[in-house]
Amino acid sequence: MTDKPEDALAKPRGASRRDFLRTAALAAGGVALGAGAARAATPDPLITEVQPWASFLGEGVDATPYGMPIHFEDHVVRRNVEWLTADPIASINFTPIHALDGTITPQGCAFERHHSGAIELSKEDYRLMITGLVERPLVFTFGDLLRMPRIQRTFFCECAANSGMEWGGAQLNAVQFTHGMIHNMEYTGVSLRTLLQEAGVKPEGTWVYVEGADASSNGRSIPMEKALDDCMIAFHANGEALRMEHGYPVRLVVPGWEGNLWVKWLRRIGVHDGPMESREETSKYTDLMPDGRARKWTWEMHAKSVITSPSPQMPIGHGPGPMVITGLAWSGRGRIARVDVSLDGGVSWQTARLAGDPGDKALTRFYVDHVWDGQPMYLQSRAMDETGYVQPTKDQLRAIRGVNSIYHNNGIQTWYVNESGEAENVEVS
Amino acid sequence: MSKCRNLFITTALAGCIGAVPALAETLGLGRLALPEEIAAWDVAVMPDGRGLPPGSGNVYDGEDLWIDNCAVCHGDFGEGAGAWPPIVGGRGTLTAARPLKTVESYWPYLSTVWDYVNRSMPFGAAQTLEVDEVYAIVAYIAYSAGLVDDDFELNHENFTETRLPNEAGFYIDDRAVAEFPVFKQEPCMSDCGEPVSIVARATDLNVTPDFPIIRNLYTEDLADAPTDRDAPTQEAMVPQDEPEDEEVQVVATLDPALVAEGEGAWRQCRTCHQIGEGARNGTGPQLNNILNAAVGQVDGFRYSPAFAEAAESGMVWDEATLDAFLENPAGLIPRNRMSFRGVRSADERAALIAYLTSHIR
Repeated sequence: MTDKPEDALAKPRGASRRDFLRTAALAAGGVALGAGAARAATPDPLITEVQPWASFLGEGVDATPYGMPIHFEDHVVRRNVEWLTADPIASINFTPIHALDGTITPQGCAFERHHSGAIELSKEDYRLMITGLVERPLVFTFGDLLRMPRIQRTFFCECAANSGMEWGGAQLNAVQFTHGMIHNMEYTGVSLRTLLQEAGVKPEGTWVYVEGADASSNGRSIPMEKALDDCMIAFHANGEALRMEHGYPVRLVVPGWEGNLWVKWLRRIGVHDGPMESREETSKYTDLMPDGRARKWTWEMHAKSVITSPSPQMPIGHGPGPMVITGLAWSGRGRIARVDVSLDGGVSWQTARLAGDPGDKALTRFYVDHVWDGQPMYLQSRAMDETGYVQPTKDQLRAIRGVNSIYHNNGIQTWYVNESGEAENVEVS
Repeated sequence: MSKCRNLFITTALAGCIGAVPALAETLGLGRLALPEEIAAWDVAVMPDGRGLPPGSGNVYDGEDLWIDNCAVCHGDFGEGAGAWPPIVGGRGTLTAARPLKTVESYWPYLSTVWDYVNRSMPFGAAQTLEVDEVYAIVAYIAYSAGLVDDDFELNHENFTETRLPNEAGFYIDDRAVAEFPVFKQEPCMSDCGEPVSIVARATDLNVTPDFPIIRNLYTEDLADAPTDRDAPTQEAMVPQDEPEDEEVQVVATLDPALVAEGEGAWRQCRTCHQIGEGARNGTGPQLNNILNAAVGQVDGFRYSPAFAEAAESGMVWDEATLDAFLENPAGLIPRNRMSFRGVRSADERAALIAYLTSHIR
C-alpha cells in the first residue's frame, strides 16, 4: 500500500506543501514503474492525420430537439434480473451506478419499481384528493398544485430491498445489481404540509395513508409527524417533468425513508387515526427476524456506502499506477460525515475525500486518489453519518437479523480486485 | 365595486381565520370533494373493519371466482403457480431456512387481504370485482388457510371475527435500541483484525445477468476489449433471409387500419401474452403463428387440463374459434385458466384477430 491510513485521516481534505511534495514523489514513482509510457514509438495518427470530425460537418441544432446520450454510452442503461420476479410488469430494475459519477441520477437510467406497470396519466387527467379526518376534504388539479408555494430539494430514493439478494452471501456479481436500487434527484414541488394545511387536519388525525392511481394503487401509511416534516409532492425532477416511470405527473417524496413509500401517480392522501396496515406494509416491507417475528415500520434507510469503481463492471484497465477509487454514500438520518475506504478487507482504513458538501438525505460522492501497486486488493467502504452511526459489516447485521429479513441490508460490500485489475463480489472472513 | 367586494370577503375570511387556527394559512386552492368522489376513492379498510362496505360472500361462490380470477397465478388452492406468490400454507416456517410467507403463515390482518383483493387484484384487471365477489374470494382464502369451514359466509358484520394466525408476529422498529448502540462506535482505522481471505464468491453461483465490462482504456489495446457497441453492429450485419418476404405476403392481405386497431386492443392481452420477434411464454403462451395452429401446442407452455383436452379433440385456432374464444374464453373451453372476461365488441375481436394474423411468418 502506498498511502498510510493515518496520513489520510490527519488530512482528509485540502493539501499542504508537504502533501504536494509527497504527491510529486509518488508521481515520479509511477514513471519508474513504467505505467506512464512516457515515449511513443510512432506518431499517433489521431493527432498527425486529419480526422473526419475535424474536416466534415456535424449535426445541426435542428437535428435533436431532445437529446439522448451519445451512442458510445449505449451501455449505460438500467438492467433487470429476470429471475427475481414472475413478471417484468411487477418488478424492479437497477441504476447503472457503476458508470455514473457525481451525485445526480439522470431520470432515464434511474431504477424503476412498478407493481402494475408504468402508466400514462396526463396532467389534465390528474386529480389529487385529501380525505378522512380533515376539516375540508379537497380535490386538487395539477394546475392547483402549480399555484402553491414551491420548494426544491435533493434526496436519494432507495428501495428497502437494495442489496436484499446478498443476505445469504455474495450473489450478484455487479454493483448495478447489488446496490443499484437507488437514485438521487433534485425535486421541485410542494410541501405535503402545505396540502394538509389546505384541508385542515383534525386533532385525531395522526397518520396519513398515501395511494397511487395505477392498477396496483400502492398504498402506505405514514405517521403525521413525518408527513408534516419534510415530505414533498414532486412534479419535477432534475429540472424537467417527472418521467412516466417515476410517477408523472406527481409522486410523493419521503426523504430518507424506503422507496416503497414514495408513491407514484399519487392520487389520494387519507388522514386517519391509525395505520391502514396495507399489503405493502404487512406482507412486504416487514423484516423477518430469527425468532420468527418481524419488525414493522422500518421506514428509515440507515447509513450505507459502496465503491462503484473499480467494481465487477468497471475493472482497472490500465495496470499499476495512479487511479481513482470512487463510490457513493448516503444516510436516511441526515448528512454523511465521513467515508473510510479499506484496500485490505477492513484491516486498515483511510478516510476518503468527499466531493462537494454532503446533503441531508442525499447521495454523497467520495474519491480516493490511489496509486495502485498491482497487488490484489479487497476494497471496502464504510460510511458514517452525522448522528455517529457507522455502516456495519454484513456479519454484524446477520448476528442481529439473521439472513431472512430481505430488507435494509446496509452492510459493507467487498470487491476483490486481482492482479489483472478484474473485480468481483466476494465475502471475506 | 367587485374589487371592494373581494376585499370585504377577504377581510371577513381573515376574521374567521383568526378564530380557527387550522384555517390560518390556507390558500383557498382546490375544491371540496363530493361524497360520490370520496366514496369512489376512499375505499381503504382498517384492521378493525372500518371502511368495509356492506356485503357478503361465501366459500362456495369464492371457489368459482377464485378459479376464474386468481388460480392462473396463485394455483387452484392458493398454492401458487410458477414464480407467482402462494397464498396459503407455510405455517410454522417463519424460523426455517426458507420461510414461506403467505396470508396463512405471515399476514397479520384479514382486512389487508380484503383491501388488496378489492383495490389491486386480479393482476391486469384491478378494481373490476364486485363487493360481494371480494367477500367471497376472501372467504375462500380463509377457508383454504384452514381458518373457516366450507359453509362459511363472510360479511361486513362478522368480518373481524376471523383472525389470522400471525397477528401477534410483528413488533415496531426497534433498531434504535437493538442496533444503534452496537453500530455507533468510533470506527477502527488500523490493525482491525487478521488479514482476510475469501469465503464466498458471487461468481460461484453464476446467477448474474450478462453485462458489458467497461475497461476505460482509451488506447490501441481497446480493440481487444469487447464493447457494447460491437454487439448491435454484428446483429445488424446478419443477413435477413426469405421469411421476411413471406411475412410481407401474409400481411399484404390484411387491412393495415384493422391491424393498427387490433394493436390498440392488444393492450388488454399483453399483461400475459407476448407476440412478435423474440416473443416468449409468460403467464400465457406466446402467440406468434397462432392462426390455423392446433390448440394447446405452443412449445414449452404448460397448459391447463381443460386446454389439453381441447387440444386432444383436435381443435384448431381458425378465425371462428379465435373469435368465439375471444368473446367468451370460458364458453369455448370451460375451466381453462385464462383469467379474462372476453371482448364484447365483434369489431374489436376482428381487429384483434387481424393483429394476431399480422404475426405469421
